Amino acid sequence: MPDDETTPTSEDTPTSEETPTAKETAAAEEIAAEERGGDSPAEFLAETAPETVAPPGAPLLSVRDVTLRFGGVVALDGVDFEVRTGEILALIGPNGAGKTTCFNVMTGVYKPTSGRVEFDGERLSGRKPHIITRMGIARTFQNIRLFPEMTAEENIMVGADAHHKTSVIGALLHLPRHGREERDGRRTAAELLEFVGLEGRGGELARNLPYGDQRRLEIARALATRPKLLCLDEPAAGFNPAEKERLQQLIRDIRDLGHTVLLIEHDMRLVMGVADRIVVLEFGQKIAEGPPAEIREDPRVIAAYLGVPEDAA
Amino acid sequence: MNYFSDRWHDLLPNLGDLVVAGLTQGAIYALIALGYTLVYGVLQLINFAHSEVFLVGTYASIIVWGWIGYAAGDGNPVPALGTVILLLGAGTIAASLVSGGTAVLIERVAYAPLRRKNAPRLIFLITAIGASVAISELVGELTNRRPWGVPLLVEPKTQFVIDPGMSINPAPVTNLQIGIVLSAIVMWFLLDTFLNRSRFGLGIRAVAQNEDTAALMGVNKDRVIMLTFLLGGLAAGVAATLYNLKIGTISFNIGFLLGLKAFTAAVLGGIGNLRGALVGGLVLGLVENLGAGFFGNKWIDVVAFVILVIVLMFRPTGILGDSLGRARA
Repeated sequence: MPDDETTPTSEDTPTSEETPTAKETAAAEEIAAEERGGDSPAEFLAETAPETVAPPGAPLLSVRDVTLRFGGVVALDGVDFEVRTGEILALIGPNGAGKTTCFNVMTGVYKPTSGRVEFDGERLSGRKPHIITRMGIARTFQNIRLFPEMTAEENIMVGADAHHKTSVIGALLHLPRHGREERDGRRTAAELLEFVGLEGRGGELARNLPYGDQRRLEIARALATRPKLLCLDEPAAGFNPAEKERLQQLIRDIRDLGHTVLLIEHDMRLVMGVADRIVVLEFGQKIAEGPPAEIREDPRVIAAYLGVPEDAA
Repeated sequence: MNYFSDRWHDLLPNLGDLVVAGLTQGAIYALIALGYTLVYGVLQLINFAHSEVFLVGTYASIIVWGWIGYAAGDGNPVPALGTVILLLGAGTIAASLVSGGTAVLIERVAYAPLRRKNAPRLIFLITAIGASVAISELVGELTNRRPWGVPLLVEPKTQFVIDPGMSINPAPVTNLQIGIVLSAIVMWFLLDTFLNRSRFGLGIRAVAQNEDTAALMGVNKDRVIMLTFLLGGLAAGVAATLYNLKIGTISFNIGFLLGLKAFTAAVLGGIGNLRGALVGGLVLGLVENLGAGFFGNKWIDVVAFVILVIVLMFRPTGILGDSLGRARA
């Protein structure tokens, strides 16, 4: 890739004041070229990492005393917790506990009846979905929702486009920025495909990929939007134990790149193995919150999952 | 049997002329059909007001030609080549801008508010027809319902003659006919490239395949929809200018039948598919002209719609039957 403009790393390109020797310039170019080649995806993916990251541990998304009613039904009842920057937070609970509802409130799909949700200090409800995505929240879906008739690469490029700025006129006239962004999009796609373990499959139509690959492609597409917060909705559904193992590692890798991860998952082993903290919902209420070791021992959680006689609870 | 052999003898000598005329007519259908198919591919909405998007384009180019100093019947000689190119360029740009602008305006005023309220499909259809009638009548009022003439800018000149021999008469092909067919092919090619190669095309295809997911991946749905209407309008503007050159007179009510034919062409080729619009347009123009040659001119519209019914009986998704979301180069 000879196009210098794709990597605007000012440190590598010598400034005119230094007037470097030809040798130094060549060396600098070599380093830059090496970086562009991107043998290790982690190096490149620093670029897809969120643009501004709050210090680790600071609240990224806070759910403050949220109640949500559908008619007479109370779907969420005074739920209060936060997702902290840099952590993997798992949201668990028995079926019908309100996980998905909570998820939808957190991503701005539902407006809470009372209470509020703040992401990075701003309210989400009432904003359009594409704006929320651009603010830095991306998600995958319980039931896969790729663009089936696009290639894997194109699917990711749709996500990567969230941050591109060319106007329609620019695209029609093929202005330089359009070309540059297009190349960036392709490069992001290639690196992300490698990152999720789909290298070399970029040209295949999404619908022709095996099930597990489709799930990983969804994660890659979500990452392409450079989310501060990545929400995974039951990413292990339908996976065998070996695939779950790989997924655990992938989720850790994603966190290590600087993304905060919110995980909704049924599989306890996966949750216990990967989450830093866990929030447990039952009947629309938060019944526990804490690190896996604590949650595992919590009598209310055990009761919620295993069912316990009324008097014992 | 006698009836058919007589008809056949009427048709045969004119076969060459009919094919040339049919393809030319078909190219104009195709250009308008592109707009129907684009909007349908993204929104599954039949934008019946698209015929009026075309209509305003025809007026726009005539008005601009008038400004430059070329009006119908003012006794100007046919201008020199350089002037013609300038006039055609100005006319096409004006028509495309006005048509594109009208298409976006219709989307903003007639459809976007309904979409925000999640109105059922049927409501869109009624609004579309309402918008169509409103625009057509407005143009009728503004022009006192009198037809407008078009200045003679391009003198049809025979460029070459197709002589298939046998008992078919040689068919002359004029510069205008070549230009019209080429324009349709070029316009299709540009749109297809834009859709399959550009990032905005990617956004359009994403919305066509799953609009909610596209929005969640950061695609600005409203902008994609406006862009789709704009592109269809641009193609309609090109069609409008060519129509002016070919027919030489326009009136406020020409949109209706032409729009219906173009819509037929889009369905015939496979609605939601750009290549289908091109193929459908050319096939429709060809078949209706051949049909007219066979059964007599007054049957031309009947032939067009009977063909539509027959093709859809055997291929319900049209000749190429594919969706915009799937469209690949």
